Amino acid sequence: MSGAIATNPRSRLSDFFYRHSGLLTFALLLPPLLWIGIVYLGSLFALLLQSFYSLDEFSGLIVHEFTLSTYEQLFTPTNLTIILRTAVMAAAVTLASAILAFPIAYYAARYARGGWKALFYLAVMMPLWSSYLVKVYAWKLILAKEGIVTWVAGKIHLGWLLDALLAMPVIGGSSLSFSYIGTFIVFVYIWLPYMILPTQAALERVPKNFIEASADLGASPRQTFRTVILPLAMPGVIAGSIFTFSLTLGDYIIPQIVGNSRPFIGTTVYALQGTAGDIPLAAAFTVVPVVIMGIYLMIARRMGAFDAL
Amino acid sequence: MRSEPGASVPLKAAAVGGLLFLHLPLALIFLYAFTTEEKSFQFPPPSLTLHWLSVAWFDRPDIWGPLWLSLKVAVLATLIALILGTLAAAALWRARFFGKDSLSLLFILPIALPGIITGIALRSAFDIMSIPFSTWTIVLGHATFCIVVVYNNALARFRRLSPSMIEASVDLGANGAQTFRHVILPQISSALLAGGMLAFALSFDEVIVTTFTAGQQATLPIWMLNELIRPRQRPVTNVVAMIVIAVTFLPILAAYYLTREGEHTGGSGR
Repeated sequence: MSGAIATNPRSRLSDFFYRHSGLLTFALLLPPLLWIGIVYLGSLFALLLQSFYSLDEFSGLIVHEFTLSTYEQLFTPTNLTIILRTAVMAAAVTLASAILAFPIAYYAARYARGGWKALFYLAVMMPLWSSYLVKVYAWKLILAKEGIVTWVAGKIHLGWLLDALLAMPVIGGSSLSFSYIGTFIVFVYIWLPYMILPTQAALERVPKNFIEASADLGASPRQTFRTVILPLAMPGVIAGSIFTFSLTLGDYIIPQIVGNSRPFIGTTVYALQGTAGDIPLAAAFTVVPVVIMGIYLMIARRMGAFDAL
Repeated sequence: MRSEPGASVPLKAAAVGGLLFLHLPLALIFLYAFTTEEKSFQFPPPSLTLHWLSVAWFDRPDIWGPLWLSLKVAVLATLIALILGTLAAAALWRARFFGKDSLSLLFILPIALPGIITGIALRSAFDIMSIPFSTWTIVLGHATFCIVVVYNNALARFRRLSPSMIEASVDLGANGAQTFRHVILPQISSALLAGGMLAFALSFDEVIVTTFTAGQQATLPIWMLNELIRPRQRPVTNVVAMIVIAVTFLPILAAYYLTREGEHTGGSGR
């Protein structure tokens, strides 16, 4: 590329930038970098700063002095339970999304052709596009005690199964819309398209001749799937899992609307900064998902997930 | 071409089942918009009525303000994101320098980190700098997480661009602006359109960050959240939800066909 120098430059500027591509990169990069740097990182820094302040218990005012006492509060058993509960939920949701998403992505990438392909794409984009709250609301309708799930279970004589499910110790509840099962289903439903799209993109990038080569070399379809297709699709699945995991970690609306009102990280932060007015502890709480996601992203980058985003 | 066998039955069943899982709930939103039962979510609905359509249009002026605000915010945020996201993708496409990976991570961060963090961080920043809440505080937050959507779409397309076409353009005497206008833009425009639409959708739907940056203003999602927490005339919420679904469906369809055509012409040189 260094040999290709414009023989008849019309503009000195473009010629200059062509030779000094580093400067061009810098000029292009400056505006977005300033935006993210000032608006986003600046705010994050302000938030981090807040977590080193503390709340005066008597006056309810924020003491602007450096202290680690807020972080000490974070490690009480109650708060640790909240963090663990959220992490387990996020992991379960991610796993379930990956399992549900893979067949859809696989079919769409490898078998769907022409009109079917368009239909699949739209069928995934539509729920992704439609309002988050509309979807949560739809599940409130579905999971309600007088709603369709109970009705269908009754019609096919599986009411006992539903009751047994709801009678289970931790995950059960008075009805599906007041149980962990309900919260879990809604999370999976809402974030599923975020898993399908990167998985499908990764599957579509698997070169056809790799699969043919694998077959020519005597691998059975099953072996080809396990040793060729799956490893190449993994970056896509991991890219999807960044979304499902992170979105679940920080969500504070779904557990409020469908669930048994036990706190998650998101609902706790929301309550702390709102009604309780304890910004420092809220800030310290948000550091938890940041740290978890930081580790997660580092692993994801190492596994090549960023190229699949 | 019959080199590949068709999909197995379990795979088909899982794929179709997954899609049904994604769509049946949305169908229920439509059904419940016509129910006569206002207070509970009784299934099947006792009977059906068109009453709520007229109620939503004539008797609920509180819907229009949030709708306008949401559209305004989404358009502004999308425009900002389109410019900044394309610039970032153009810069990072072929450049190699130390810390490039960290930079691309930086652009992904606003959607990779939970939205509540972005929300509360922005709010505390507004507090510290005593910036009053306005349309622009909402836009500021939305644009930040919309940049990455455009960035990803543009970057993916840039990577498929063949560098030799740009070199050919320069060799034939085109300057930078001409090369951009006649060689690069036609190839990336459909990706930008797709990215822009995704950004628009993201912004139009957003409620998690918005509750922190809106103050007393209500966007359509905030209006809906209030309806969910303190329901009055539940079917009206369904009518609004239905309209949102219907109105956004056409742009996706249009964008899909536009993108497909763009891919066709863009890929013809390779």
